[in-house]
Amino acid sequence: MSRCGTKLLVKLNSVNKSFPSGDTPQRVLRGVNLELGAGETVALTGESGSGKSTLLHIAAGLETADAGEVLIEGRDLSLLTDSQRAALRRGTIGVVFQQFNLVPSLSVAANIAFQARLSGREDKEYFNYLAEELGLIDQLEKYPETLSGGQQQRVAIARTLAAKPKIVFADEPTGNLDEATATVVLDQLIALAEESEAGLMVVTHSANNAARMKRRFHLAGGVLT
Amino acid sequence: MNRKFSTILQALLSHWQRKPLQLVTFIGGLALATALWSGVQAVNSEARKSYDAAAATLGEGQFDQLVPRVGNTIPLVTYIKLRRNGWLVSPVIEGQLNGIRIVGVDALTSPGELPDLQLSDNTPLQDFLGKGTIYANQETALALNISVPVQISSNVAPGIAITDISVAQDILAREDLTRLMVANTHSLNREELAVIAPDLRLQPSQQSADLGELTESFHLNLTAFGLLSFAVGIFIVHSTIGLAFEQRRATLRTLRALGVSLISLIIAVIFEIFTLAIFGATIGILLGYFVAAALLPDVASTLSSLYGAHVAGTLQLRAEWWLSGYAMALFGTVVAITGKLWQIASMPILVSAQPRAWAMTVGRGRTLQAIIALLLISGALALLGFGKGLVAGFAMLGCLLLGAALALPTIIEKCLGFVQGHVRGVISQWFLADTRQQIPGLSLALMALLLAIAANIGVSTMVSSFRQTFVEFLDQRLAPELFVRIEDLGKSAAVEAALTANADEVLLLYSRKASVRGIPVEIDGIRVGKTYRDNWRLLAAEEKVWDRLATGEVIIANEQFARRAGYWVGDIVSFAGKDLLLGGVAGDYGNPLGQIILGEKLYRELYPDDRAFRFGARTTDQEALKMAVQAQTGLPDSAFTNQADIKSFSLQVFERTFAVTAALNVLTLVVAGFAMFTSLLTLADLRVPQLAPVWALGLSRRELGKLEVLRTLVFAAVVCVLALPLGLALAWILLSVINVEAFGWRLPMFLFPADYAQLLAYALLAAFLAALWPAIRLARIAPNTLLKVFAHER
Repeated sequence: MSRCGTKLLVKLNSVNKSFPSGDTPQRVLRGVNLELGAGETVALTGESGSGKSTLLHIAAGLETADAGEVLIEGRDLSLLTDSQRAALRRGTIGVVFQQFNLVPSLSVAANIAFQARLSGREDKEYFNYLAEELGLIDQLEKYPETLSGGQQQRVAIARTLAAKPKIVFADEPTGNLDEATATVVLDQLIALAEESEAGLMVVTHSANNAARMKRRFHLAGGVLT
Repeated sequence: MNRKFSTILQALLSHWQRKPLQLVTFIGGLALATALWSGVQAVNSEARKSYDAAAATLGEGQFDQLVPRVGNTIPLVTYIKLRRNGWLVSPVIEGQLNGIRIVGVDALTSPGELPDLQLSDNTPLQDFLGKGTIYANQETALALNISVPVQISSNVAPGIAITDISVAQDILAREDLTRLMVANTHSLNREELAVIAPDLRLQPSQQSADLGELTESFHLNLTAFGLLSFAVGIFIVHSTIGLAFEQRRATLRTLRALGVSLISLIIAVIFEIFTLAIFGATIGILLGYFVAAALLPDVASTLSSLYGAHVAGTLQLRAEWWLSGYAMALFGTVVAITGKLWQIASMPILVSAQPRAWAMTVGRGRTLQAIIALLLISGALALLGFGKGLVAGFAMLGCLLLGAALALPTIIEKCLGFVQGHVRGVISQWFLADTRQQIPGLSLALMALLLAIAANIGVSTMVSSFRQTFVEFLDQRLAPELFVRIEDLGKSAAVEAALTANADEVLLLYSRKASVRGIPVEIDGIRVGKTYRDNWRLLAAEEKVWDRLATGEVIIANEQFARRAGYWVGDIVSFAGKDLLLGGVAGDYGNPLGQIILGEKLYRELYPDDRAFRFGARTTDQEALKMAVQAQTGLPDSAFTNQADIKSFSLQVFERTFAVTAALNVLTLVVAGFAMFTSLLTLADLRVPQLAPVWALGLSRRELGKLEVLRTLVFAAVVCVLALPLGLALAWILLSVINVEAFGWRLPMFLFPADYAQLLAYALLAAFLAALWPAIRLARIAPNTLLKVFAHER
């Protein structure tokens, strides 16, 4: 169980991470502990380069920690094979990337449906609902390169939500959006967390966005407070 | 195929759907590489197949034959008489009908097996003997146009129709025979030929062996081309696949991040690439077929002149071409894909997809590549020093070519680095730095270009040296204007007297077969005269060799014998009970046999009973000389050969060889140029983020486009400079190592600077053309596209 009394989805125990930087490695995470429960929303703030994205990537199993434990639904990521980790990413975890990471050769519709098809959770109604809510209905046949940054970000968010993951990690999900769209996007993410008992961890610079999350953490000097 | 797999595959294939031009270049690169390989193989194997068919059909070259001394016919009664007297001979009748050579054989007495005519399974012999069927290949059958039933058989040589002897006699309306094949085994009590059939003479098998050797050399030429085209093809396939991966690096990373397992991704990539490779290879094999079909008429006429056998003017798509074409394409694919898959497997999911990251990864591999290159070149040198045999020769060739190709990126990098350190201008410095950064992306295409140019130089040098040597050789050996050959040794003195009375100079030749050091040789006796002294160029010789040959003090050997027996000028050769000083070694191109030349005096001493039977005569009026000799000796026309005829025949052969080689040269260069084009086109898209800042800082798109062309020309120029010595080394190996190992004679190497200059100009032109379209695209790129780089919206 998480601290909030809900089912524990993500647990980070004493996670350390360094990157090579000249002669002395740069330590970006120092003994970080973090928990995320079902239906919980968490904001992660910090200055640029403080290691927020690294922490999110480690929690999502995209990067490995130098030391410490990362548990997703109680399973230690370091003990899983590549295929098992991949299965977690497509079935349990959804990541909204800062750089969107859309497949450039697939249409908007195919991009949105991609992860849902991979995980076997295609839902036509939900697809249409998301496209409508995120203002993408008229963009479905287009390709990512023809969209603006904000539109691409909405496609990335729709792709994550369409797969109905149990855990959503979102890296600056509203960074390229206008205020009104940002509100809609954040509403959607929070609604998903509440309706489907999913966990949501959002990396953000915005104090307003952070304030809408149940719990807030600040990362500075590699330490989470 | 499950849903997950099809989703992954769809994502991968959608790339080609969105970028059809890249798909065309990918398939095109694979297809051209395969076409080059399979085209050369097709020409080679078709020619060989035709030899085999000719040999099998006619039994020529395999068996001794009895032929008439005068005329072209043998009476049936002579055949019967020979059979009754223990001669195991089989009759053959030959004649022309509608331009086709009709060959009638007797299946029951034929000494060899009947050729595999693909007769029907149940009654092959009955069909052949009783039904009056004629067998011919499709092309010949169409041209035959007769009422007799014709059975198509691809195993019959082109231009020939084969049938039972009685059928042939009916068709040709003749009752005589043309020749008699003699079985290798014979009755112990058979009588002398001169007693039973004095009008016939025994023509030993393999009479055309010397021409066969030349044909083999022609094949060596093509085989070397096949090997080189294979190497060029492998590099092109590697380059094409490498670039296809690079274009989709970000997509592959995204797929992994979205939950596609490594193993699923690898399986999908393998499935995709191999499907495309098979598709490209199929197009390539068909393309190679058309290339070969276009070249084959030249090859056919070349080999027809050389060998006297025909090569089919039309090709068949044989199973082995399909297999070798697919094998080549798939081997290239496996080589290319293995490294790429390893990169996917070992690279963390979130590594940046920037080209610089790729360049750095490749840069680390380049050190290893340089070490392998060094090892291969050292291997080539070691094989040169210690290797023996044809396999070692080809291994040396492979090591040198591969080593040089692998060393190329490092050499270019060092050259550009050196120049960069010595230029001041800011644009020049940026240009050189940027050019160095492009090396990983272009290196494989540059390697293919290097090999293509080197192959061109090497093979052209080989063929041109061959031609020049042979023409000079013909001038030496065919100096006499008229040649006379007699069958009846009793006429030797009379012919010599007639020639001496009417010609300016007479060269006579005694000859006999012998064995020296276990090597079969022809011992020739010659009368040393002005013609030998003026025309013969020896590969190595003692002082005053001709004078000393005339007195019997020294002998001369041909190169084949000298190399095989391990003798050279100054050594003592023991034979016929004498120790004789080897005074000279003569080049004897195209002759498979060892030869020892003695002065007439020594020859007559050793073999007093022999008579000269071949004569050369120097004259200004060949016809008058011939008539005078005929009047005095009664020799038939067939005893005389005109020098001009032989020379023009031989030169025609080489002109045709050049036509084929030149066509293959152009093809290789076109393919390498296409590889450059593909690489540049692919890199053009990836380069936008690198060029955008330079554009923003004040270089116009037009200037950037010009610099792109200049960059390609710089690369091509460096490649040309390196290709020249590599090509010459290749030629040297072909002429001085492989030819010696294969045929026992060494061809002198000549240089053809004008040809090389022309070739290098073509290579630069090909590079220029390859760079033009990507540069134009860059010059016309929308500013919006460049601006997106700064908005991180790409």
